Amino acid sequence: MSYQGKKNIPKITSDRLLIKGGRIVNDDQSFHADIYMEDGLIKQIGDNLIVPGGVKTIEANGKMVIPGGIDIHTHFQMPYRGTTTVDDFAQGSKAALAGGTTMIVDHVIPEPGSSLIEAYDQWRQWADEKACCDYSLHVDITHWNDSIKQEVDNLIKEKGVNSFQVYMAYKDYYQMSNSELYEVFTFLAERGGIAQVHAENGEIIAEEQARMLQMGITGPEGHVLSRPEELEAEAVFRAITIASQTNCPLYVTRVMSKSAADIISQARKKGNVVFGEPITASLGTDGTHYWSKNWAKAASFVTSPPLSPDPTTPDYLNTLLSSGDLSVTGSAHCTFSVSQKAIGKDDFTQIPEGVNGVEERMTLIWDKAVTTGKMDENMFVAVTSTNAAKILNLYPRKGRVAVGSDADLVIWDTDSICTITAKTHNSAAEYNVFEGMELRGAPLVVICQGKIILEDGNLHVTSGVGRFIPCSAFPDYAYKRVKARKQLAVLRAVPRGMYDGPVSEFSMSRGGTPSASARTSPTKQPVRNLHQSGFSLAGPPTPDDVPIRPAGRRIVVPPGGRSNITSLS
Amino acid sequence: MSTAGEVPAFFKSMGSDSPARPRQKFCGMFCPVEGSSDSKTLDFDALSACRGKSDGRVIDRQTDISQPRKVEIRESTGKEALQNLDDRRSDRLLIKGGKIVNDDQSFCADIYMEDGVIKQIGENLIVPGGVKTIDAHGRMLMPGGIDVHTRFQMPDRGMMSADDFYQGTKAALAGGTTMIIDHVVPEPGVSLISAFEQWREWADSKSCCDYSLHIDITEWHKGIQEEMEALVKDHGVNSFLVYLAYKDIFQLTDAQVYEVFSVIRDLGAIAQVHAENGDIVAEEQRKILEQGITGPEGHVLSRPEEVEAEAVNRSVTVANQTNCPLYVTKVMSKSAADVIAQARKKGTVVYGEPITASLGTDGSHYWSKNWAKAAAYVTSPPLSPDPTTPDYLNSLLSCGDLQVTGSAHCPFNTAQRAVGKDDFSLIPEGVNGTEERMSVIWDKCVVTGKMDENQFVAVTSTNAAKIFNLYPRKGRIAVGSDADLVLWDPDLTKIISAKSHISAVEYNIFEGTEVRGGPLVVISQGKIVLEEGNLHTTEGSGRYVARKPFPDYVYKRIKARSRLAELRGVPRGLYDGPVCEVSVTPKTMTPASSAKTSPAKQPNQPVRNLHQSGFSLSGAQVDDNIPRRNTQRIVAPPGGRANITSLG
Repeated sequence: MSYQGKKNIPKITSDRLLIKGGRIVNDDQSFHADIYMEDGLIKQIGDNLIVPGGVKTIEANGKMVIPGGIDIHTHFQMPYRGTTTVDDFAQGSKAALAGGTTMIVDHVIPEPGSSLIEAYDQWRQWADEKACCDYSLHVDITHWNDSIKQEVDNLIKEKGVNSFQVYMAYKDYYQMSNSELYEVFTFLAERGGIAQVHAENGEIIAEEQARMLQMGITGPEGHVLSRPEELEAEAVFRAITIASQTNCPLYVTRVMSKSAADIISQARKKGNVVFGEPITASLGTDGTHYWSKNWAKAASFVTSPPLSPDPTTPDYLNTLLSSGDLSVTGSAHCTFSVSQKAIGKDDFTQIPEGVNGVEERMTLIWDKAVTTGKMDENMFVAVTSTNAAKILNLYPRKGRVAVGSDADLVIWDTDSICTITAKTHNSAAEYNVFEGMELRGAPLVVICQGKIILEDGNLHVTSGVGRFIPCSAFPDYAYKRVKARKQLAVLRAVPRGMYDGPVSEFSMSRGGTPSASARTSPTKQPVRNLHQSGFSLAGPPTPDDVPIRPAGRRIVVPPGGRSNITSLS
Repeated sequence: MSTAGEVPAFFKSMGSDSPARPRQKFCGMFCPVEGSSDSKTLDFDALSACRGKSDGRVIDRQTDISQPRKVEIRESTGKEALQNLDDRRSDRLLIKGGKIVNDDQSFCADIYMEDGVIKQIGENLIVPGGVKTIDAHGRMLMPGGIDVHTRFQMPDRGMMSADDFYQGTKAALAGGTTMIIDHVVPEPGVSLISAFEQWREWADSKSCCDYSLHIDITEWHKGIQEEMEALVKDHGVNSFLVYLAYKDIFQLTDAQVYEVFSVIRDLGAIAQVHAENGDIVAEEQRKILEQGITGPEGHVLSRPEEVEAEAVNRSVTVANQTNCPLYVTKVMSKSAADVIAQARKKGTVVYGEPITASLGTDGSHYWSKNWAKAAAYVTSPPLSPDPTTPDYLNSLLSCGDLQVTGSAHCPFNTAQRAVGKDDFSLIPEGVNGTEERMSVIWDKCVVTGKMDENQFVAVTSTNAAKIFNLYPRKGRIAVGSDADLVLWDPDLTKIISAKSHISAVEYNIFEGTEVRGGPLVVISQGKIVLEEGNLHTTEGSGRYVARKPFPDYVYKRIKARSRLAELRGVPRGLYDGPVCEVSVTPKTMTPASSAKTSPAKQPNQPVRNLHQSGFSLSGAQVDDNIPRRNTQRIVAPPGGRANITSLG
């Protein structure tokens, strides 16, 4: 690394940077070129660039230059029953940058009953003050009513949020019923949002938790015993069903088990628009540690859905990530200190949930997936950065090394080997769930907003420089298909004469099975579409040898049954 | 299928009668002519005197049966006077020269039965004189069919399904089914036992064949649990159905289903489930009505098969958690069947019941221009509009991924269906199928080579008997079993039509289907009820068959798993490091509140086992190099995950 020209050029020139001799790796191709950036943007890419004097030059020596990672799932500074997670936006984004992640997307969690916008503003305030890298926000919908609907609309249109998470777990707290999910998904599909889902069956978890406690199991192993992976898979399946009904793109946060991942990959094969997000912890470690005799250690692994006790899970998830069945990776970084975890020392249900992973994410995936030959460097870029940018509608500003993109770059050293330990990590937590793991591959230089953040192992972060990056609605990556389907999905009634035969007497008292559900739905008022019954038959209806599919009518639902509808009866 | 053009004939007579009464039919001998049920007992004197004489009433029916192959029924009249057996001789029957088909093997032997029980099987039997003899001429003799799912005489909003227990069981017998299991549907708020007694009363007075009863759990509270215990212990019920659909009426929440399943497992019963996601169905119904779709096609559009598969998947999950055997009623779609097949491969104890309708026809008819016809297909879950579904389900039935077949026979006549003429969600649900079940399966599976005759017996009779603990009394031809037999003619060809069927409804959803294979002689309780196309049923002769809990077929595995499924905590020292102060928020309530609402649980305060905390750790441990799991027994060992989860 050297300065062109005079040695003592003030720091201001660090806004101008030239990377020479690097191999640029995007998700689609790798090629050798130099990169020149200025004012936080990539200005030129190519050979023999003409650049102003006094530019700081980094000699990449043929090393990979990749787009900075995007950690699509963090919980920095998350309030929890009067305390907050130990990593605030400064500490958390510092850890992110140390690991080669130059953008994070945090979750806003409004208390049930409170306003989404207020919570959003609160998170903005915290992050603007402290974040060292660019950030964006997901908003969690923890309850549902008309005013929330308004707020969601507002967040999409004016506040730059395009992804909203709903919970199928945390009964009586965050959990939503199937009907609410249906309504949320329908609404998001109209407004161009992405529906994220925390997928676990909360009802059954509550039952299982009560059973575990009754049996006297109070330690962290009760956490995983009460949340078997089937409950995760079940909820994923249900979420996909609802999303498919409402034609809404679905994003499953925290894919922790084989069976949940399988459901996602099956659904993708059937054509559902669904994205799965494994996290650093599920890709890197397993749930055997819940049985650790060291309570504090066991408790540090507590997260939901829990890590699978099946030790072959990480390998399996890495394989699906490599094959494209799982799309993006987050960390769900949400760290608590041991004394915070100890809130649940006598009852595992009280242990605050969350693991670390924002710092280890890129290295861990490199080690587990690229060095093992499961994926290549381009796929690595896709799952750590590009796909996330596409889903958030930030592509190609983020997630790509291209002229005009943000100057968020990482020079990746494939040969470095480091051992992860809580002693050296940047998080404030006392435990690291990857403690003792030896991983190959690490960032050598990290450039964020055109500034060198990490070089020679030294981290230079500035709190508060992180900008909020607004995400716009209808990301092409998810919505192109959804829009096409919406156009097809027009349902038409069969034009028939009015039935004028005898009608049985019946009592509504019994609340005829479906009718009551109709009664409870506020908007329903069955109205016969008179446009479609322009004729009325007296006496016997026409024999139906008339082709019943009129010209121009599209029938969506019968899959494979289309040809038959005309031929039937 | 172009019969729709002929059918509207019923419209002419419609309205001339009280709509509440089943319309009379005037075609064929199987019509419920008034008073015709008065003398349906066998009159053998008359038969032996004028056998073969059609007494002028067989009109249409004879054309359906292409020249029935003679089955000789002889009656030695010589010794009966000596033995003075006039009043009982119909209880003694000998079938000679039949090929006995059980689910495991076929062999040729004679069968002698007496008092409604099979007494001897073998060659050259020594039988008393004066025994009526049927010469089977090498035809197949099978255990009578068991229709595991009927809803005869089912009340719905003040109406009643068109076939009562008499009409329904008569139709069942005509199709070769000698036992039915009906569903008791208690109104929410009504006690299970009083509903059960009501159904017993109806069935005892009218049923023509043996029957048993499933109980539907339509609401959930502590009292229901006690009633379930009483039903299992004192009333011979071992199966209960829960609904995941019918929001705000029958539907139970996941937590309630979990509790019901836990109770069912403890009682040794079978958990049945109507699998559809009622929440989504309700939303879809609303959406589709808003779009102005009010006809029967809205029924299937609002209940897509994904919603069925989702609910099957969910109930499998709950059953796994509770280690409870699961039985999915009415498997109507490929995806639901796939979920069951997958779950079985993973070791779940789950059974799937396709019904006659899903095996024999598809949901394309919902788009029929004839409203009455389209409405006749309305059932839930709906028939799949994918026309390849029946074939697929028949394949899964043949390979054993689906095990039993029912009919879910619950037809309503057109006037009753017309309650929903302006709103599909009000159309009473149910299709016919009890009479057609055996023939449809024979035609679709055995004739096509998907299954052999033994598997046919398994799926129409034996498996049902095993699951519901009736085996080997029912479902097998063996000495000591009930004399419920069917002499099956694989060459019989018949065109199904509402004109000739026994059911009281005007539509038959299989209208015009030609099926090969049918019963030639049906014997129920040791009495001939069908021969040469003539039905001789006796109203009220059906007996209630009590069923014991813990059927081996189902519970052997469940019991072994409950023994394994003991969970242990990890013995650790008490944590005595610093603890963060917290404010109490609703999060604390999460598990507790649900426990409070659960009637089945009395959550104890978690008690720490002090014997197991011999050491204590102080402060936070930076790392622990203690080998994990050295002494304690862990039931959820890493790697054995799949087992554990299924052990609840």
